[in-house]
Amino acid sequence: MSGGTAHAARLAMHRRRKRINAIALTASLAAMAFGVFWLIWILVETVRLGWGGMGLAVFTQMTPPPQADGGGLANAIFGSLTMVTLATLLGTPIGVLAGIYLAEYGQKSALGHTVRFINDILLSAPSIVIGLFIYAVVVAPFKGFSGWAGVLALALIVIPVVIRQTENMLGLIPNALREAAYALGTPKWKVILAVTLKAARAGVVTGVLLAVARIAGETAPLLFTALSNQFWSSDMSQPMASLPVTIFKFAMSPYENWQQLAWAGVFLITLGVLALNILARVLFRDKH
Amino acid sequence: MAATLPATSYPSPPSMARATPRGRPPARRRVAPWADTVFALLTHGAAWLTLALMAGIIASLVMGAMPAIQKFGLGFLLSAEWDPVQEKFGGLAMIVGTLATSFIALLIAVPVSFGIALFLTEMAPGWLKRPLGIAIELLAAVPSIVYGMWGLLVFGPLLARFVQAPLQAAFGQVPGLGALFSGPPVGIGILSAGIILAIMVIPFIAAVMRDVFEMTPAMLKESAYGLGATTWEVVWKVVLPYTKTGVVGGIMLGLGRALGETMAVTFVIGNFNQLNSLSLFEAANSITSALANEFAEAGTGLHQASLIYLGLVLFFITFCVLALSKLLLARLRRAEGARS
Repeated sequence: MSGGTAHAARLAMHRRRKRINAIALTASLAAMAFGVFWLIWILVETVRLGWGGMGLAVFTQMTPPPQADGGGLANAIFGSLTMVTLATLLGTPIGVLAGIYLAEYGQKSALGHTVRFINDILLSAPSIVIGLFIYAVVVAPFKGFSGWAGVLALALIVIPVVIRQTENMLGLIPNALREAAYALGTPKWKVILAVTLKAARAGVVTGVLLAVARIAGETAPLLFTALSNQFWSSDMSQPMASLPVTIFKFAMSPYENWQQLAWAGVFLITLGVLALNILARVLFRDKH
Repeated sequence: MAATLPATSYPSPPSMARATPRGRPPARRRVAPWADTVFALLTHGAAWLTLALMAGIIASLVMGAMPAIQKFGLGFLLSAEWDPVQEKFGGLAMIVGTLATSFIALLIAVPVSFGIALFLTEMAPGWLKRPLGIAIELLAAVPSIVYGMWGLLVFGPLLARFVQAPLQAAFGQVPGLGALFSGPPVGIGILSAGIILAIMVIPFIAAVMRDVFEMTPAMLKESAYGLGATTWEVVWKVVLPYTKTGVVGGIMLGLGRALGETMAVTFVIGNFNQLNSLSLFEAANSITSALANEFAEAGTGLHQASLIYLGLVLFFITFCVLALSKLLLARLRRAEGARS
């Protein structure tokens, strides 16, 4: 008889383990659905509410005063495009150079380890603190909010992203390629620029695109650097409007027309950022 | 093995007589002999710049906060009084707001991220892994201002109607628990901010968990499967113990993100300095939302210095959390290297 009860006990335990497994896997499926659910919900609402505010006026007219008819986001769009472009142009070379240092010069050196560590922290550091930093070193001494200050703040966010990606991508290049180039008598700088960096090009470009996507939506570092501007301004030494800061101002306001424009802005930013992200992934996959 | 050795380390065979080199090796490169030095200097400079940046951030925060540090000292961290008119400042309310919202965010995000990582590594069929992985990564790409506006105008009202009001009806009268759910169910406050932060940090935690889960040697997992373990048992008793430092590192990374998140929190937390109520529904303030709302308007002086002091506290906390995360992940990677 004892054999029979032992068998029954084993069967019961087996069933229990199966049951726990089924519950856990269902929960895991639910977690996955939970994550995707928010993405879809946010995208659907953004398109639904943003599409209503879209129109040619959004791209051609200035930001309106409260409760006025018409108006658009032209100055904010222009400001964002300008600052993002300049910040990328400023941050990318520095990021690529530092990334090259980490991958080609200081892989094992103390400086390399320190820079890698600090860079990873900068990568996730609160962006509003970057805003405070630029405020302290640029805005306060020069007594004024300016487009340049915004550019610098955004560039500081680009740098860590590009460093990380450049280093990772250069790390994937096989050493045989470097050795072959050295064997031909190529100087190191030429090996890096003409062989390794060229081979890692797609990955580095991906990193730059991701950095652009990241700063295009950044609001916090612009709040007290570029501030905002109600009017068209291409003078970089003056406060400059940007899409995210304008959205922030308009969305928090009680005015109907401002909120409508804020949704249109959110739609534009989301569309742009997601397009950049997808482009970056497609580009990277094609090359690797 | 020989093929993977670097070419330079081959010993020259002793039997072979060395030929006398004819001519001379070029003592200097003919084309741009300085280029190597310049390029090396440039890359070194860029690397040093990163360090200088970190030093500059810390120095500028300390210097900017100095007036407030001298006036209030560490008591700043324990006082909740924030009165710009009388120039009395204490950061406790914001610090508590930051910690409370991040704590709620982790409470939700950690189990969900674990589930997502489990699904992506053990359950999803191959063709689904990539699209679902990208969908979760895109959740991290959505700008925080979009989360903020959506949270305030779309999510908040629904949360108030379908979650907060029923919770209040169910637990409002229970002693103790009721205090958590008191206050106006308007969809703005600590709970909403926590939930939105959770959605925002899920992709970061899930991505790290997925990556470390995939580092578990297949042999180890297959041995467990071979002994008849279920998928859950393999993950819970083999994969998780093997990767626990990495998992904690991922959670710390998410925490660092949640602590420093600004715009989404500013939209939904309500921006109201209070510590009197335990309620999760009550409006509150976080360090980041206080900075976003007040800094541009604060005149130079003690008010601004106190805000920078808050920024310094935030930077200090996130620095510690992120450094810990980095160390834990590095330790897992080292252990991995030693084993394989």
